[in-house]
Amino acid sequence: MSRILIRNGRVIDPSRRVDRVADVLIDGGKIAAYDVAADDAEVIDASGKIVAPGLIDMHVHLREPGREEDETIATGTAAALAGGFTSIACVPNTEPPIDSQGTVEFIFGQAARADHCNVHVIACVSQNREGKELAEIGQLVEAGAVAFSDDGSPVVDPELMRRALEYCLMFDKPVLSHAEIPELTQHGVMHDGLTALILGLGGIPPAAEDVMTTRDITLAEATGGRLHMMHVSTGGSVDAVRRAKARGVRVTAEVTPHHFTLTDESLRSFDSNFKMNPPLRGQGHVTGCIDGLVDGTIDVIATDHAPHAKEKKMQELDRAPFGIIGLETALGLVVTKLIEPGHLDWPTALAKMTINPARILGIDKGTLAPGADADVTIIDPNARWTVDPSKFRSKSTNTPFAGWELHGRADIVIVGGRIKFGRR
Amino acid sequence: MSTELAELGAVPASWTRRHLLGLEELSAEEITTILDKAQVFRDAMAAGRQKTPLLVGKTCVNLFFENSTRTRTSFSLAARRLGADTIDFSASTSSLSKGETVIDTAKNLEAMGVDAMIVRHRTPGTPKLLAENLNCSVINAGDGAHEHPTQGLLDILTIRQRKGRIEGLTVALVGDIAHSRTARSNIWGLKKLGAHVIVCGPSTLVSPRWAEIGIEYSYSLDAILPRVDVFNLLRIQFERQYGRPFPSVREYAHLYAMNRDRLARTKGDILVLAPGPINRGVEVTPDVADGPHSAILEQVTNGLAVRMAVLWLLASGRR
Repeated sequence: MSRILIRNGRVIDPSRRVDRVADVLIDGGKIAAYDVAADDAEVIDASGKIVAPGLIDMHVHLREPGREEDETIATGTAAALAGGFTSIACVPNTEPPIDSQGTVEFIFGQAARADHCNVHVIACVSQNREGKELAEIGQLVEAGAVAFSDDGSPVVDPELMRRALEYCLMFDKPVLSHAEIPELTQHGVMHDGLTALILGLGGIPPAAEDVMTTRDITLAEATGGRLHMMHVSTGGSVDAVRRAKARGVRVTAEVTPHHFTLTDESLRSFDSNFKMNPPLRGQGHVTGCIDGLVDGTIDVIATDHAPHAKEKKMQELDRAPFGIIGLETALGLVVTKLIEPGHLDWPTALAKMTINPARILGIDKGTLAPGADADVTIIDPNARWTVDPSKFRSKSTNTPFAGWELHGRADIVIVGGRIKFGRR
Repeated sequence: MSTELAELGAVPASWTRRHLLGLEELSAEEITTILDKAQVFRDAMAAGRQKTPLLVGKTCVNLFFENSTRTRTSFSLAARRLGADTIDFSASTSSLSKGETVIDTAKNLEAMGVDAMIVRHRTPGTPKLLAENLNCSVINAGDGAHEHPTQGLLDILTIRQRKGRIEGLTVALVGDIAHSRTARSNIWGLKKLGAHVIVCGPSTLVSPRWAEIGIEYSYSLDAILPRVDVFNLLRIQFERQYGRPFPSVREYAHLYAMNRDRLARTKGDILVLAPGPINRGVEVTPDVADGPHSAILEQVTNGLAVRMAVLWLLASGRR
């Protein structure tokens, strides 16, 4: 395998609290050494660039198997690379759902054939994602699943959730919670606020998320299990996680770029690209999410990349499915909406996209320590670019950010010592 | 045949709208323009001049995805009185049941040479979705609980005729505010023309958030009776409610029905409107509905005039 020398970049490796200009040598697919000469290596001049551990997105809907009209493993992982991600974790609400070793192996096979970025598998908590019986978690762990979730739906039955947290303990795997009380969100299209009132659209109240967040935290506390709250969208849930962490509950949490960027007022356009679940909330909740990112309550920035084919989104607002894509806009939104306004510095922001998700998923990624897999993202922090969905690698274009000018993007993406993406 | 309506004049140069999607987006001047033109049509009708063929050669299509009798009939008649051709299209007989999208259905109709499409749909925003994808004029005839602009306009026209003004009046919208598109169109129209609006009904159907845009809210009809000039009694929209927002119809009527006893506790010279269809004995008792304060049937006549004005303003200059 070829040797690559990344020269003169600002190396930010939150896993080791490193932030300095350095030369990084990659050899044999691993991070080999720092600040050494290597005459035979391919040289990448990273002056003025940021050299970061390959970004990790722990919440991606790849849609395959079952909904290849929206996305495939090949197109989704290509989109990930273009967004600067070297590893993603896919959630199991596919058709069939990822609840068997065979499906896990199918995903690994497709990912290997696509040969873009690393794919980690989150498998179902329950058989067939029905919320009734536990999936064969032990065998799924053997097949390579890194975490368990019924995402897309909550685990409604508290007894099943309690058992899942308990059972996953013996494999040291986290349960990822999509927090929603279904009876409180029925027929809801958007956040239950003034905008929904004016537009006459069914509301999804923050309490629908907060009640379930609180339940799951209580169950994690009772069992000692590892809980991760997906796509937190309310100030109340951020607060619940904050208080739980303070008393030692093993809980972590993520927010999506759209939840720290947009508010429910965007729906005034009636554009279904602003329809997602959990919904865009009011400004107070956006501020709550940003506060959680700032004080460390929120560990992870994850996209909840949810592709939907155009014909599905171009429907009446109540029929159009929930969800937007995010892989190719996430980094730009983090830079533009969190780093440049001064909410987060670069190391803190990158930690939430590298080592933090790696630790939650228990994967040996997210670090530039010597000997680690050479997954590296070289970021141009000063790039100014306009979001153009027609240039996306994703198969779907359902983004609310079309036409936005964003700052910062991935220039070169290296996976396992091979340059997999370059913007030239 | 009396073809000319000299009093109508030309479409004002200030009128630039192609679509009527709601009253929220209109200015007070635009609303007044529609009301003034509607009044001309209304006066002509009263004088026996029913037909004014200003839209000969134009085609209007009623694209109704929800049931309707009065609104649909009113639009059809308005178009015909202006001399336009009309097509009726209802979702139950359409290719929608074959899986065609609403946009494709509308585009296919438009391809037949349509100047104005009158759309009713259960989902807020669908008329806007169509307006963005079509070249013809789109008129919202009710989109879910969002807006029903011609209903708002005909209510306001009726108030203006009976009260001589809108500014300074206190208008109470009573009933199922949460699910009422009529309420929303009334709120915007009345607010822009300077009325004080109170939304009144059970706390499960009346959000305190209305106060954030300057609308008073009240849970007690009895409390507001003495200071209201116009009561607009909205139907309970059972078909849009999920779960029961109040214990029983009996209890609702007990708290909110406009009856003789409540009428006696009002200012006296009040006006009672109801957008219909009315549930006698629920939001209004028959003696009040049929009494001298009621303008319920005038509303229907004014609806025709308002729709003629809207069709004329939107469709006469086009093609």
